[in-house]
Amino acid sequence: MAIYEKLEAKPAPQGTKGIVHWVKENLFPSVLSSILTIISFYILYITIPPLLDWMIFDATWSGTKEEITKDGARWIFIFEKFNQFIYGFYPEELYWRPNLALVIFVAYIIAFKRVNVKLKAFIIISFPIITYTLVAGGFGLEHVETEKWGGLLLTIIVASVGIVASFPIGILFALGRQSNMPIIKTISVLYIEFIRGVPLITLLFMSSVILPLFFPEGMDFDKLLRALIGITLFQAAYIAEVIRGGLQAIPKGQYEAADAMGLSYWQSMGLIILPQALKISIPNLVGSFISLFKDTTLILIIGLFDILAMVTLTNSDTNWLGFETEGYVFVTMIYWVICFSMSKYAKSIEDKFNTDHK
Amino acid sequence: MKTHKKARQKEVAFYNNPENRAIIYQVLALAGIFIFTYFILNNMFENIEKRGINTGFDFLSSEAGFGILQSLVAYDESDSHGKVFLVGLLNTILVSVIGIIFATIIGLLVGIGRLSKNFMVSKLSMIYVETFRNIPILLQILFWYNVVLASLPSPRQSISFFDSIFFNNRGLYIPRPILESGFTAVIIAFIIAIASVIYLKKWATKRHDETGEDFPLFWVSIGILIAAPTLVFLLSGMPATLEIATLKGFNFKGGWTLIPELLALAFALSIYTATYIAEAVRAGIEAVPKGQKEAAAALGLKDSTILKKVVLPQALRVIIPPVINQYLNLVKNSSLATAIGYPELVTVFSGTSLNQVGQAIEIILMTMAVYLTLSIIISILMNYLNSRMQIKER
Repeated sequence: MAIYEKLEAKPAPQGTKGIVHWVKENLFPSVLSSILTIISFYILYITIPPLLDWMIFDATWSGTKEEITKDGARWIFIFEKFNQFIYGFYPEELYWRPNLALVIFVAYIIAFKRVNVKLKAFIIISFPIITYTLVAGGFGLEHVETEKWGGLLLTIIVASVGIVASFPIGILFALGRQSNMPIIKTISVLYIEFIRGVPLITLLFMSSVILPLFFPEGMDFDKLLRALIGITLFQAAYIAEVIRGGLQAIPKGQYEAADAMGLSYWQSMGLIILPQALKISIPNLVGSFISLFKDTTLILIIGLFDILAMVTLTNSDTNWLGFETEGYVFVTMIYWVICFSMSKYAKSIEDKFNTDHK
Repeated sequence: MKTHKKARQKEVAFYNNPENRAIIYQVLALAGIFIFTYFILNNMFENIEKRGINTGFDFLSSEAGFGILQSLVAYDESDSHGKVFLVGLLNTILVSVIGIIFATIIGLLVGIGRLSKNFMVSKLSMIYVETFRNIPILLQILFWYNVVLASLPSPRQSISFFDSIFFNNRGLYIPRPILESGFTAVIIAFIIAIASVIYLKKWATKRHDETGEDFPLFWVSIGILIAAPTLVFLLSGMPATLEIATLKGFNFKGGWTLIPELLALAFALSIYTATYIAEAVRAGIEAVPKGQKEAAAALGLKDSTILKKVVLPQALRVIIPPVINQYLNLVKNSSLATAIGYPELVTVFSGTSLNQVGQAIEIILMTMAVYLTLSIIISILMNYLNSRMQIKER
């Protein structure tokens, strides 16, 4: 009978764990890869330190224009013009009104998930009215013309109106494109393909130059409304395509089951198909909203003063000339933060829906 | 019971019959569109008459009377608005082609970089994509133009490379090759080289099919394509010279000049579109199931063969449609040039010409028609490619 002795477990072979191993495996596995790693570090070395110096360490954070001694960013320009970047020419004593609208918006978003359908409908209907009254005036509030709206305020207004107004139109065109009525289908296809085939800027030109010609004299559209019409028509076509993608992904059995239940077209769409189609389109819808948010910058070409236009405008102040770089960097950061967080949000929803085994 | 059911079926009103309804809806939709069109056209003609705006396309042959910063064809102020249209269109095509070439190169590299096993390379690629994709393209164009290119030195202090390429705030100056009569021989040599490479490929495939022997086709082809024209060029006594830009007075003369507007636009468009192309490339390669690569490796194929014969053919099918879509977006985004004054279609035609002539409807419709035509051509091309790339299933 053999006698077995218990052996102690050997330690793991050298170099299969720990930082050294990770570095070897991920940074220097082969000659080519090592060269790439070194190049990457070099790129970081020549970009990051000067950028940090410019933005933070060498930057001027306080004081007046005459006291600037450092080479870095002169953020005092942004502090000085901050209100213009955010509100444009909006009267200073009325800043509380857009601010209040923002607070209500946040409150509504928080409340939205926790209330029943009737309150949800109330929120959706009342919010635009309240916001419009607060920003533009009316019901006893002092009137503020749209020419005075500007900066980030205008950007957000254009983007939200574009999103909200284009959504129902987009759904209609998506359903129209999927319809089996040939004329409705043709109209939808022509509209969608026409809009998607031309640049937004030509549509904006059209709505700002040609649109007034289409209506009898005396019917005056203000500049902002014309831009909003152009942007809504544009966005509706893109939304329609996104939703069509969702509609096509719904199994045919769902359509057939809804028909078999004896539901009418609008019942089956509203209760069975659209809820599912919209749900799977959410990531792409958010993607489309990000594009729209970025595209709102184009309104500066037809003479509206969004936040990007404020860079040029604030630099035309004779006391503050030559601060474009700071202005552009500031606006870039605002856009980047908003777009990046929206895209991360879209990604998180996508991951939640994605139940693939990968 | 039966009669009761039948009776109820007869009760279905005419307007409740789905087929009749479909017809009614469509007739209503058509009628609505006709009435709306009639309404706006009516107003339009009335307004045009009241404001005394001309109609028709006669303006295309009238004198433009303004200069254009950059033109690929001979143009001067006495030329017509029709010529302005052509100049703008060519400039749009020029910046689009430059943008597409660079966006594709950067996008491919970054897209493959994101999938690299090298930690630094994949993270850097990710930072690149996330940074530039989330900044509006117009902001990027303005930044390149107003901040980066405007801060370059003046012509006298130009940055120069090899004393033949100069870079300053007036643009980028590159040498221009001047071809002499003997250069045709070089072009012929190049065409022959292409033909022989095609023949060589057929031969190599056939030999591989029959004997299984590999032929280093790629390197040999490159060798032929470079060596043949070069050899002819040298033998025929170098029938071409380079015209280098030289500083005369306050500016450079001679050579090719890339104006800063073109540079800013091309930079911004390529960098921005490349992020989307990179994402498409990454998604395409990731879409190839892991099992495909493993199966190919189990068959004993080389890494390069796996990539060429197994991964790429499947990935390309996923990559090509979104990439072509991005090309289309790039062409449409080139219209943002109007913000910095690069003289492409929208700037010179929908901008300057429109201001002079005032015929907004004709001009904007013509501009839209150009982009629509481009879109339709590209989508026909895409459908054709798609149908060719589809997996042939039985």
